[in-house]
Amino acid sequence: MTGADRGLEYLGASRIEGPIVVVDRVRDAGYDELVEIKDAAGRVRLGRVLDVSREQAVVQVLEGTDGLSGATLRARFLGESLRLPVSKDMLGRIFDGLGRPADGGPPPLSGDRRDVNGAPINPVARRYPREFIQTGISAIDGMNALVRGQKLPVFSGNGLPHDRVCAQLVRQAKLPGGSEEFCIVFAAMGVKRDVAEYFRRDFEASGALGRTAMFLSLADAPGVERLLTPRAALTLAEHLAFDLGRHVLVVMTDMTNYCESLREVGTARGEIPGRKGYPGYLYSDLASLYERAGRVEGSAGSITQVPILTMPSDDISHPVPDLTGYITEGQIVLDRELFQRGVYPPIAGLPSLSRLMKDGVGEGYTRADHPALASQLFACYAYVKRVRALADIIGEEELGGGDRLYLEFGEAFERRFLTQGEREDRPIEATLDLGWEMLGMLPRGELHRVSDELLKKHYKEKK
Amino acid sequence: MSAAEEKAFVTRVSGPVVTVQGMAKAGMYEVVHVGELGLVGEVVRQSGDLATVQVYEDTSMLKPGAPVTRTGEPLSLWLGPGLIGNIYDGVQRPLPALQAVSGTWLPRGAKAGALDTARRWEFEPLLHPGQAVAPGQAVGLVRETPLVTHKIMVPPGVSGTVRSAAPAGAYNITEALAVVDAPSGPVELKMLQRWPVRVPRPARERRRVTELLVTGQRIIDTFFPLAKGGCACIPGGFGTGKTITQHQLAKWSDAGIIIFIGCGERGNEMTEVLREFPELKDPRTGRPLMERTILIANTSNMPVAAREVSIYTGIAMAEYYRDMGFDVAVFADSTSRWAEALREMAARLEEMPAEEGFPASLPSRLAQFYERGGAVTTLGGEAGSVSIVGAVSPPGGDFSEPVTQHTRRFTRVFWSLDTELANARHYPSINWLRSYSDYLDDVAESWERAAPGWRELRDEAMLVLQREEHYRQVARLVGPDALPDSQRLYLFIGAIMRDGFLAQSAFDAADSYYPPEKQVALLRAIMALYRGGRELIKAGAALAAVAALPCAAEMMRAKTVYAGAGELAGFESRVRGELAALARAGEKEASV
Repeated sequence: MTGADRGLEYLGASRIEGPIVVVDRVRDAGYDELVEIKDAAGRVRLGRVLDVSREQAVVQVLEGTDGLSGATLRARFLGESLRLPVSKDMLGRIFDGLGRPADGGPPPLSGDRRDVNGAPINPVARRYPREFIQTGISAIDGMNALVRGQKLPVFSGNGLPHDRVCAQLVRQAKLPGGSEEFCIVFAAMGVKRDVAEYFRRDFEASGALGRTAMFLSLADAPGVERLLTPRAALTLAEHLAFDLGRHVLVVMTDMTNYCESLREVGTARGEIPGRKGYPGYLYSDLASLYERAGRVEGSAGSITQVPILTMPSDDISHPVPDLTGYITEGQIVLDRELFQRGVYPPIAGLPSLSRLMKDGVGEGYTRADHPALASQLFACYAYVKRVRALADIIGEEELGGGDRLYLEFGEAFERRFLTQGEREDRPIEATLDLGWEMLGMLPRGELHRVSDELLKKHYKEKK
Repeated sequence: MSAAEEKAFVTRVSGPVVTVQGMAKAGMYEVVHVGELGLVGEVVRQSGDLATVQVYEDTSMLKPGAPVTRTGEPLSLWLGPGLIGNIYDGVQRPLPALQAVSGTWLPRGAKAGALDTARRWEFEPLLHPGQAVAPGQAVGLVRETPLVTHKIMVPPGVSGTVRSAAPAGAYNITEALAVVDAPSGPVELKMLQRWPVRVPRPARERRRVTELLVTGQRIIDTFFPLAKGGCACIPGGFGTGKTITQHQLAKWSDAGIIIFIGCGERGNEMTEVLREFPELKDPRTGRPLMERTILIANTSNMPVAAREVSIYTGIAMAEYYRDMGFDVAVFADSTSRWAEALREMAARLEEMPAEEGFPASLPSRLAQFYERGGAVTTLGGEAGSVSIVGAVSPPGGDFSEPVTQHTRRFTRVFWSLDTELANARHYPSINWLRSYSDYLDDVAESWERAAPGWRELRDEAMLVLQREEHYRQVARLVGPDALPDSQRLYLFIGAIMRDGFLAQSAFDAADSYYPPEKQVALLRAIMALYRGGRELIKAGAALAAVAALPCAAEMMRAKTVYAGAGELAGFESRVRGELAALARAGEKEASV
């Protein structure tokens, strides 16, 4: 992306603050235009225009402003917004946060350069997602099923095994009985190098590296760069899915870091902050990323997003998980208490949810009993929570016989249904059968959400 | 127009907010076209020669110096046949037409007429020459869909004598159907009317609301009913089922016209509506629901300024159909996203923020919106109504935030969604102790017409639910077994109420829509068990004996087992029979 032959060069800036550089008396610059900023030593960094008038242009420098001097910097306006060359040869490669090769290889050959901001999908052109993806993880497949074209984030906390759960999900994801494999687009924002390395090794070990593209803006990269990283990754994903008809799984980690960068830029611009200092447009900004998932008419491909975010102090009402939950189609919540009790994957039973599950499971997708079974398991597990709370107060001995059965059910549900090995790939039938086995611990009269017909077919009471 | 003489151009671009010079004569809320692409924008502030314009599309690569063209009129809708069954973005661009032009993605500057001007509609005239006409009077009728007979009306502000009237036949929306000699000169009347989106359409007078809006949702109709012309607020954190509840209401409400505004929400949800509504049948007419529905989709990733307008677009269309004498129901999902669009625009305009960064005008903007709901006598003398159901998405599920609080002030029904119920997959997750409806008395007569005995049953059931909660609290501390049977009865009946009445599956064909007479019949059966059980326990019977009755075991599933109100009445008499048998057995034992 050289701009030596393009645009005028401006000398000096009137103000530098955080990631913001203000260049005066700019002519013919556009909003969102890409800018090359050169420091005295000749190092070039990219920026983009956030606000432009005839007096000045406010430029956000994507690669940090350290070492820049208002007197000596040179700014060149490149005449277009940030674009990413896209091609299928980008699979198997590693890129930096702005989409430039970071593996020592040559830049991908492509005449097709896309605006990283994308364009909104016309809602009329969307196809409704409804193909069940088997992840081989019972807590997900059985209770919170993922479908192609869905955006289903993992809400986690520091120290919880979200990377392992996510790697397992990516490793095992397939359509039941299908042989077609997902392409993987991986975007790392502000995570440590070992996290990115963990994923890379895992992709390599499972033979997925050849169909994976990684965009890495690691913890030591300038914060502002992260704002572009998911956009670059999604631009490639859109090309793979909607131009080439591939099924793409996009993993973005960690969205909390992304939001913090957004806050940093907002603050530097002197914007009015919203909740917890995050900008008021955080919702719209996140939506511009998450809504780039789905399936569209006229293309066989799909984009399924699994963003990962860490909830600061495990608080699900923090703006980042909160606004994410309002946009995504459900959430997989990891639970610290389960994790501390040694349950892997520690996927919380009740707050996790998949909104698209209802249309992707059951007759013709997984198995006819799936929706009712999941609903019954949820209801029973919710009751377990109440019985446990009661037992904490009056003591287990004081519980009625029925309630004690629920305690046993709860224990078995967590130890046998939720728990599984990191390498254990459970087919959906096994998950459902296991679910019925769990229900067998409860008397038939307790099961109101499954029909007599299903009970007759699947239910075996354990004496 | 003098607009052309003035040369207007951009001087500053900051996201969707653009400053334009050469706008001394521009009016507030006038629509302008910005830049070479002709991006649509609206004047939101004027000061001397400068105007601030909010642009409804992405302004990427827009430069100072770019030309701006004025249109001389405020943002206006196209109103006429062809609205029903269509899907629009926030500024009334038809999305199917845009797809036909530009494919999957929404490009910038794309334009398409809101209504098809080539299509011809069969028109049945109602005017004849020499007749005196006034605003709101019918010019003629067009069968827009099998469910909607569209009344072509004399627009507000036009009156006079009919000079000529077109005969019956097929016309497009821009052809003259009649010419009226008005005091200002002759006026051509066409199917197409333009109306500024932010201005409420006039009506003759407002009427008291009296009719129940039947939604077929048990907890709503029976416990917290909405009146036709009423306004409801439905707040809930994420995952509590706001959207599904809204979809259920949009599907089954007995309004003549449904307008669903997807305001800053998920794209896939709109796709779901688009996929489902043409297939679903209206329970009263058997016709596809799409034949009475208009969709407005401004999803979260579409431009934020257009999101701000989208709810006005929806409500203005609703008023237009109201003026024909329809009962219209508007569903806005979600008004929080609209308020956030207000906040975002206000921040870019550098307005002083009030609560949580929202502009100080938030309460009055909300009030103006909900005030456009109501039951009216139209200018044409008919009864029509606009009901509004606004979803609210409070951050962190905290109802004390400004949008929820102010919405409560201007709506009279509050359906409070509950995370705990949703976590247990109890849907609709409307909390029966925190919700309320202020229309109970207003709709009583219309309810009793549908199903006599509703109010008494409803109040009694409400009492049971309140007691249940009370004893649950106690049981949480001492365990349910420590309570006497007379109190445990409430836990027992409460559990039946929850699963057997309040929870309703949107996906079960037998349960999704539940007419009022069935609601009352089901509740009557449950209350029969409650009353009978209470008397038996008072007389010394054990709760276990009541709970062991075959009818009690069946109660939870009775809602879907019995197909009609008649069958439910039969079930109820079985309940009474079994209770009576138990009572006799008890007496016999006592006498031995």
